[in-house]
Amino acid sequence: MSNHEYTPTSKFGKWFNDRLPLLTLANHLSDYPTPKNLNYWWTFGGILTFCLITQIITGITLAMHYIAHADLAFESVEHIMRDVNYGWLIRYIHSNGASMFFLAVYIHIFRSLFYGSYKAPREMIWILGMIIYFLMMASAFMGYVLPWGQMSFWGATVITSLFSAIPFVGEGIVNWLWGGYSVDNPTLTRFFTLHYLIPFLILGLVVLHIWALHVPGNNNPIGIDVKKPSKDTVPFHPYIVIKDAFALLMFMLVFAFFVFYSPNILGHADNYIEANPLVTPAHIVPEWYLLPFYAILRSVPDKLMGVVAMLSAILVLAALPWLDTSKIRSAVFRPLYKQFYWILVIDVLVLGYVGAMPAEGLYLLVARVATAYYFIHFLIILPVLGSKERTIPVPLSISEPVLSSNPNVSKESLN
Amino acid sequence: MKNLFKTACIALFILVGTQQINAEEKIELLKTDWSFKGLFGKFDRGSLQRGYQIYTEVCASCHSLKYASYRNLAEKGGPEFSIEQAKAIASNFEVTDGPNDDGEMFERPAKLSDKFVMPYENDKAAQAANGGAYPPDMSVLVKARSGGVDYIYSVLLGYEDPPSDIILDDGVYYNKYMYGNKIKMPKPLEEGAVEYNDGTVATEEQMAKDVTAFLMWTAEPTLEARHKMGFKAIIYLLILTILVYFSMKKIWSRIEAEV
Repeated sequence: MSNHEYTPTSKFGKWFNDRLPLLTLANHLSDYPTPKNLNYWWTFGGILTFCLITQIITGITLAMHYIAHADLAFESVEHIMRDVNYGWLIRYIHSNGASMFFLAVYIHIFRSLFYGSYKAPREMIWILGMIIYFLMMASAFMGYVLPWGQMSFWGATVITSLFSAIPFVGEGIVNWLWGGYSVDNPTLTRFFTLHYLIPFLILGLVVLHIWALHVPGNNNPIGIDVKKPSKDTVPFHPYIVIKDAFALLMFMLVFAFFVFYSPNILGHADNYIEANPLVTPAHIVPEWYLLPFYAILRSVPDKLMGVVAMLSAILVLAALPWLDTSKIRSAVFRPLYKQFYWILVIDVLVLGYVGAMPAEGLYLLVARVATAYYFIHFLIILPVLGSKERTIPVPLSISEPVLSSNPNVSKESLN
Repeated sequence: MKNLFKTACIALFILVGTQQINAEEKIELLKTDWSFKGLFGKFDRGSLQRGYQIYTEVCASCHSLKYASYRNLAEKGGPEFSIEQAKAIASNFEVTDGPNDDGEMFERPAKLSDKFVMPYENDKAAQAANGGAYPPDMSVLVKARSGGVDYIYSVLLGYEDPPSDIILDDGVYYNKYMYGNKIKMPKPLEEGAVEYNDGTVATEEQMAKDVTAFLMWTAEPTLEARHKMGFKAIIYLLILTILVYFSMKKIWSRIEAEV
C-alpha cells in the first residue's frame, strides 16, 4: 500500500477532494504497488471485469427488446435475431459472453489454487470470490431459461426440482419457487427479474473483492510477501494496465472468433425448439460450465444426498483457506502439491465430460470415482500434505535469487 | 509447461477412449460442399432461390416458416429476389386482416411486411392432418438439430427400404439418418419433383442441397453480415494487439533495465 498522503495540485481539486476523496482513490488505484513478477495468469481479474461490464451492457440492451412471457419469449428472441438492428450481434455477444465469463473465472480460480492466493492474509478475497462465483452460476442458469427453448424449460424443471429432495417441506418450496404447479409463466418472469438483479449484486461484490485485494496487495508466482516495495513492485499504472490490456485483447480475439464464426457451438441445439411441457428431450444437460457439478449431483444414487454433494462441492472450495494447512503458498515450491494440483485439474475435466454424457454404465462409474477424488483432494490430501510435504526452499525476496544452501532463508520467508 | 502437456495428453486419452465406446451407435452424416461455411462463407443466391422454390412447392404445404417475412426474400444476404419479385410472391398468399371500419375481419393478399403464411391454423390442425405427427416449423430448424445442415441434408436423402427385422406401421417410413430411424414424413424429394426456372437439373442431391441452404438462411439470415463484420473485427483486434504488445515491451523495458 502507498502510505503517502495525496494532495491535489489545483485549488478546486483540493476543495473537491477534501469533501469527496475520489482523487485520492484514483491516485491509489494508479500508484497501487503490484509485484513485478506477476505472470499472464494474473491478467484474468481485469478480463473478468471486462466480461461483467460486457454482460451488463448487452443484457440491458437485450432486455429492451425481450418479452418475459411464456407465450412470447421464444418469438421475441427470434425478433431480436431478425428485426432488431444488430440484435444478432448483441445476443451472440451476450450468450457467448456467458461462456467466456466462465472460461475466465475458471482460469482465475485455478490460478489461485496453483499459487495459493487464498491463504492468509487473503481469505476474505477468496470467500468474496466464491460468493461471486456462486451468484454467477445462479445468474447464468436463470439466463439460460429466458429464451424459453426446450433446454431452458427442462433445465429449469430439473434444477428447481432438486429442492423437492429437502425432507417435509421440499414439495412446498418447489411450488413456491415455480409460482405454481409446474415451470410456467410465473417462473419465467421471476427468473427474468432475478437474472437482471444478480449482475448488479456481483458488481457490488467485485468492488469489495478488489477492495479486499488492495489491503494486503497481490499474491505473486513465488508466493512470498513483498519485502521492499521499491525493488519488488511496480505501480499499477502504466505497467499492469498495459499488460492487462494486451492480455484482454488476446482474450477478445478468442471471444470474437466464437461470436462471429461459431456462435452456437457452445449452446445446445434443442434450445432452438420452443419449450414444450409435453415433450421431454432425450438428454437434459446444463451449459458446459455447470457440467462438473451436474456430474457430482448425478453420481450419488440418493436424490437428497446428491444435492448435498453438489452443494458441498462448492462449500468445500469456500473452506479451502483452512483445509490447506501448508504455510508455503506457491505450488512452485511444493513438489507434491503440484502433482495433486494437476490430478485435480484432470479430475474436474473428467467430471465435466461425464456430466455431458448419460448417467449410466461406465460413465456413471467414472463420475463416481471422480466425485470421490474431488472430495478426497480437498478433505484428506490437502490437510495431510501441509505437515507431510518436504517443500523446496523459497527465495528471500521477489527480486533476489534463491539461496538454497541456507536453511534459515526458507524459514524466514514462512512468516 | 511439461505438466500442462501431460494433463492435455491424459485428458485427450480419456476423451478419445470414451468416444470410441459410443462410436458404434453413431452414423456418419452425408457431407457436401456448403458455400456458407468458413471465414468468408457466403450464400449462393441461385441455390437460395431454387431452395425457396422447393420450399413453396414441396415443404410449405405442411411446414410453416413463421418467423420469416416476405420482405426478407428481397433483403441483402438472402436469396435477393428483386422487390417486385418478392411483392409478386407475397401477393400469392391470402392473410386475414382487420377488423375494418365495420368491425369485420377480411382477407387480403399478403404484403412484404407480412410474415410467411402458415399452412395450418394451429399445431392441433397440423397434427390432425398429418396422422398425429407435427411438422416442425422450419424457421430455425437447422439450428435446432445437432448436425445442422449436414443432418437435414442427410435425412432428405436417407430414405431407404427398412432392414428385414424392422416392421413399420402405416404412415411410418424408414430413414437411415433420422433419430430412431423412423420418420412420419413421406419421402419429400423425388427426382424431378420441381422444374427449376434457371435450367439446373433437379436431381435429388441438388434439390436437397438447395432447400437445406435455404433453411440455413432462414435460420441465420444475418450470416453474411456476421462473417463480414467478424473479419473486420478480428483484423482490427490483431492490429491493436500488436500495437499494445510493442507499447508494453517499451514500458516494461524501463523496469528490466533497472534490475
